[in-house]
Amino acid sequence: MTMYQNERLTLADMRTGQTGTVVEILGGHGLIRRLDALGIRPGKKVTKVSSVLFHGPVTVRANSTQVAVGFGMAKKIIVELDKYLPRAS
Amino acid sequence: MHILLVGNPNVGKSALFSRLTGTHIITSNYPGTTVGFTKGDLQLGQEQAEVIDVPGSYTLEPSSKAEEVAVEMLKEGDVVVNVVDATNLERNLNLTLQLLERRTPIIVALNLWDDTRHRGISIDVAKLEELLGVPVVPTAGITGQGINELVRRLPEAKVPKNARTYSSSDERWLKVGEIVSQVQSLSHRHHTWYERLEDASSHPVGGVVIALLVLFATFWFVRFLGEGIINYVAQPLFEWLWTPLLMKLSLALGGGGFLHNVLIGQLVGGGIDYSQSFGLLSTGLYIPLAAVLPYIIAFYLVLGILEDVGYLPRLAVLMDTIMHRLGLHGYAIIPTILGFGCNVPGIMATRILESRKQRFIAATLISIGVPCAALQAMIIGVVGEQGVGYVAMVYGSLFISWVIIGLILNRSIKGFNPELLVEIPPYRLPPWRVIGEKLWLRVSGFVKEALPIILGTVLVVNILYTLGVFHAIADIAAPVVTGLWGLPKETVAALVVGFLRKDAAMGMLASLALPAKQLVISSTVLAMFFPCVATFVILARELGVRDLFKAIGVMLVAVLIMGSLQNLIL
Repeated sequence: MTMYQNERLTLADMRTGQTGTVVEILGGHGLIRRLDALGIRPGKKVTKVSSVLFHGPVTVRANSTQVAVGFGMAKKIIVELDKYLPRAS
Repeated sequence: MHILLVGNPNVGKSALFSRLTGTHIITSNYPGTTVGFTKGDLQLGQEQAEVIDVPGSYTLEPSSKAEEVAVEMLKEGDVVVNVVDATNLERNLNLTLQLLERRTPIIVALNLWDDTRHRGISIDVAKLEELLGVPVVPTAGITGQGINELVRRLPEAKVPKNARTYSSSDERWLKVGEIVSQVQSLSHRHHTWYERLEDASSHPVGGVVIALLVLFATFWFVRFLGEGIINYVAQPLFEWLWTPLLMKLSLALGGGGFLHNVLIGQLVGGGIDYSQSFGLLSTGLYIPLAAVLPYIIAFYLVLGILEDVGYLPRLAVLMDTIMHRLGLHGYAIIPTILGFGCNVPGIMATRILESRKQRFIAATLISIGVPCAALQAMIIGVVGEQGVGYVAMVYGSLFISWVIIGLILNRSIKGFNPELLVEIPPYRLPPWRVIGEKLWLRVSGFVKEALPIILGTVLVVNILYTLGVFHAIADIAAPVVTGLWGLPKETVAALVVGFLRKDAAMGMLASLALPAKQLVISSTVLAMFFPCVATFVILARELGVRDLFKAIGVMLVAVLIMGSLQNLIL
């Protein structure tokens, strides 16, 4: 039987152009609050716009704005990809 | 009555402020342009109201010093004009709901209204007004649209009847989502050409190429325009109009004596030499107006365009990895670039950084390694005469100091270096009128602030020379200046004067006719050494006295080492 489950990965691991929904932010209260203020929070749809070589910031589009997120923060933001990928059970 | 302009960063509060009060202030297309606060007056019927432009903030729970300033100021407002970016309703309304919880009368300015159409956004203003329970007025700060309406409806600002407090951020976002879904509809539209450029300039490789092109074009253009104005406007004006007048005055003063020396200075070969004479009316006017002003105009024109187009935050993203090594993050590039114009606004702008450690490092690096436009103009003019290679040596030495001091401070200073988290604004094509107004603001600011100080400096220098004070100081400083840096004793006077104005000090170095090597060393030392008095005051204010002394300690050690190394190597 094949189960379909949405792939989960960090914002840092997403490829440019991919879209997904933020499911979790693995950070302290301060980080969650700062991201929340900029509109990045669980349940929000984000599209990765670009990344910078050598672990530079990741730029995402959330709503109509672009936000650049430091690489370390990007690794703490868990995103569920929109695309359904087949997975062996 | 106090009217506060409150909103997210980069939603056009400052442009709206200029429209409301007629007081022009600097606006740009990046979050964090306003870090202090500006007040202006607005006539409301019979009443005179005070309008305050508050630094932008995403929430009322501050995470940077600029945001702290914003929250602090909210306490003294009688009316809040909540400036909302109409193209980004959801995130902006989050702050609106927080403001409504505070029970201060509010009116909403739905700004950047002119941008909504080409973005395919339409907003039901009447519905939004009904849901929020406060007046909502569409505005466009840049064009002035809706400003009269905003002023007319200002008295209607109120605390909504349905005001409520949200128990959590999630609950508030839920409410925001509810409102947005009822008032906003989006339609499909095609990508505009500058959106394609946005993509290109944040591409990992394309972005670097574009950054290098921008940097190169900036240097080339500033030099081209600065030199052009000097050669074809400033210098001819001085030579044809001013010199004959001064010569008449010189004759009237009998060609010598104390007053002649102060006003006109020394005659060189029977005539006036603007780089050597060093009188109040000769060199004192020539330095600010003919040598420096052209470069100030050129630099701020380019900076204004880069700021308003929205390029700087993208540069910040590209520079982030490098800046982390210096204990900063990418956004510190913005104060640094401002510092290349004048260190004072540069150091003020370090308030957009989150931690104390970052602010200390950024401010110290600016005051040591970033020469202001006035000093640069003189370096290019004076050192450039010996060859472009020597100018490159000065810039290279400053850049190396900037990097090494940053690396060391990053390791030696306690505190944390938060990561970059910043909104990247869309590219906008600024109207020339806006660019022009900003340029005028900065250039006239330079003339008003710098000209009197430069004249004062020249006057003081002449008096101190006459009194022989410089000789005394020169003797004391000789071991370092002559021994370590290999500079003649006469340069001491210039280095001391650097505390007042670095461009005037550079003018003194020019009059010494030093060989190229000594010119490189003395210019580098002058640039790194003690900040000018204006920078000194702002450092003390932003860092506090203890950190100011720390910064000066770093400065002294750095300049001793760099000057000596140059003396050994060159």
